[in-house]
Amino acid sequence: MGQGRVARGIALDRQARRGLMLTAPGTLYVALMVLGPAALAVAYSFWTQTYVTLDRTPTLANFREIATDPLYRTLILRSVIVAGLVTFLTVLLAYPVAYYIAFHVYRRKALWLLLVSIPFWTSYLLRVFSWKLVLGYNGVLNSALIWLGVIDKPLEWILFDVNAVVLTLTHAWAPFAILPIFVSLEKIDRSLLEAAKDLGEGPFRAFFRVVLPLSMPGVIGATLIIFIPTVGDYVTPALVGGSEGAMVANLIQVQFGKANNWPLGAALAICAMLCVTIAALAAAALLRFLGRRIR
Amino acid sequence: MSSNQRPAGQAPATAPAPAMAPAADPAPEPGPVAGAAALVRMQGVTKSFGSFTAVESVDLDLRAGEFFSLLGPSGCGKSTLLRMIAGFEEPTRGTIAIDGRPMAEVAPNRRPTNMVFQSYAIFPHLNVADNIAFGLRSPGQSLSRTEIAARVDEMLATVGLGGLGQRGANELSGGQRQRVALARALILRPKVLLLDEPLSALDKKLREQMQIELRRLQRQVGITFLMVTHDQYEAMTISDRCGVMFGGRLAQVASPKELYQRPVTRQVAEFIGGINFLSGRVSARDAESASVEVKGFGTVTMPTEPAIPAAGGQITLGLRPERFYLAPERPAETEVAAAATVEDFAFYGETIHYYLRLDGYDAPVIAAVTNFQRAAHFAPGDRLFAGFRGRALVALP
Repeated sequence: MGQGRVARGIALDRQARRGLMLTAPGTLYVALMVLGPAALAVAYSFWTQTYVTLDRTPTLANFREIATDPLYRTLILRSVIVAGLVTFLTVLLAYPVAYYIAFHVYRRKALWLLLVSIPFWTSYLLRVFSWKLVLGYNGVLNSALIWLGVIDKPLEWILFDVNAVVLTLTHAWAPFAILPIFVSLEKIDRSLLEAAKDLGEGPFRAFFRVVLPLSMPGVIGATLIIFIPTVGDYVTPALVGGSEGAMVANLIQVQFGKANNWPLGAALAICAMLCVTIAALAAAALLRFLGRRIR
Repeated sequence: MSSNQRPAGQAPATAPAPAMAPAADPAPEPGPVAGAAALVRMQGVTKSFGSFTAVESVDLDLRAGEFFSLLGPSGCGKSTLLRMIAGFEEPTRGTIAIDGRPMAEVAPNRRPTNMVFQSYAIFPHLNVADNIAFGLRSPGQSLSRTEIAARVDEMLATVGLGGLGQRGANELSGGQRQRVALARALILRPKVLLLDEPLSALDKKLREQMQIELRRLQRQVGITFLMVTHDQYEAMTISDRCGVMFGGRLAQVASPKELYQRPVTRQVAEFIGGINFLSGRVSARDAESASVEVKGFGTVTMPTEPAIPAAGGQITLGLRPERFYLAPERPAETEVAAAATVEDFAFYGETIHYYLRLDGYDAPVIAAVTNFQRAAHFAPGDRLFAGFRGRALVALP
């Protein structure tokens, strides 16, 4: 028996070593390309830009500026709100699609999933540009509405606004929400639905008491996948958002580019990162809590 | 579902279920039961999936308070029949009525039935107490929190899960999961509890223990149990009556004893326990008894049965292995005997099975003797006599 235990110990060790070897390239890559730059950003955020040179004396001046200037607060808050709205809408719209594929498509599920992924067949930039064509002043939507006689002159609020950013991002993220939700729905044992019905629940309440709580991991996954990168997105607001739709990432880009104030840009990035982390954790915790409440 | 207002735990001492007649019920007639005694009445129930007919014109009545088992090999349609009673499938033809109420178009959540699923279908996101309380929180029931808690506690005690209410669904053993599934269904006090192979996921020891427990629970709550199983021993040990199904058709409905001793077809005889088939020729028959010349043995007298043809007719006879007498000399207590050679044997502990080659007989036969009998021990190659009495024979069509 003692020998058996020793042998198992060695086997586990061997397995652990193999695991380490397999994860090493990824770990190394992440350490170099993510942790390194992140550490650099943290360092920069405590420095000061004096025209062309960097003053490396540690200071909280950048953070103080962000805390006091309402512009920064507005942009960070807007980014979080836009990301939240995009996430909410995307998950809300993706859920029925995922549900349909999981529960009502019996053959060719793979084909349906392929169709869901079709938007990815063109680059993200092209998709944003096409939204610009659709939503623009002389775009498809306005032209069509004028031709139909619904409006006399083009609507201006649909492009270069927060609405356009939300619309574009919601469309862009849809597959990222559909797939994790689909996976969590697909995993649900179908006999659980029969059991719910057998125990006296109609289809609607059976969904809320069984399917929804069991698909929560997928919903939380989709929420995080969408929310986190959306807060930091700058291509979409830059192309369709105009000045009203600008988000914190656009400001950070300006600091690193035109304004040439890397320390302030780094501090902004750190602040945005903290906000994202807090908001994402809060959202995940809230969803988990709600899922657990259902009995 | 709530028409039965008796608290579940009170049944045993005060009101032993009236229809819990012992298995030796003198009238275990298959087919419709007269009047109100039929709790579930199935008439001409047929279910087709495309060109495949899973269940074909089944007529079956379940009596209030009985433990009924549907028995058959996999794919015989027994589960489909169960699912039709639960409402998960609609019959293609025929009708199902529960307590006199036709069930056509009645959704599963509105039927007075509850089911124990083969996989148990325990909700993984709920703990034991919430799993059991699931049905009590459905719109059909209007119970206060305290009522629900009280009934859940009572049910936990009934199924032997007292104190485990807060246990997570994924922290349960197979036997515990089975109890949760039972409790969850029984707490709604259904008119019929449907059990779909409830013990097949358990190992042998636990299965035997749960068989006894299931039987005890059924007597205690007095609810009609309808169990589907492919295990004939399980069906025989638990049930008041069994229905045997082959190829979507109900072949025989009878008490376990009747099923074993008087199978109506070769298929039923083979499915329920071991059996030897002997061929014979009827030499005389009157209303009481018949003389049959059994090939390889000689002439025996057996009670007349409908399956026995008139004098001169050929007949297949079934003989259970344990009805053989084995002895080194021609046994005195049997009507007929034949000399045989032991080809092989299998030792089961309480019984020993001998594979015999009878002189002048082409097919091998199996004889089972209890290990206790002094004459029980033979070795391969031994010569012996195998005999039986005429009344041990079953005439098969």
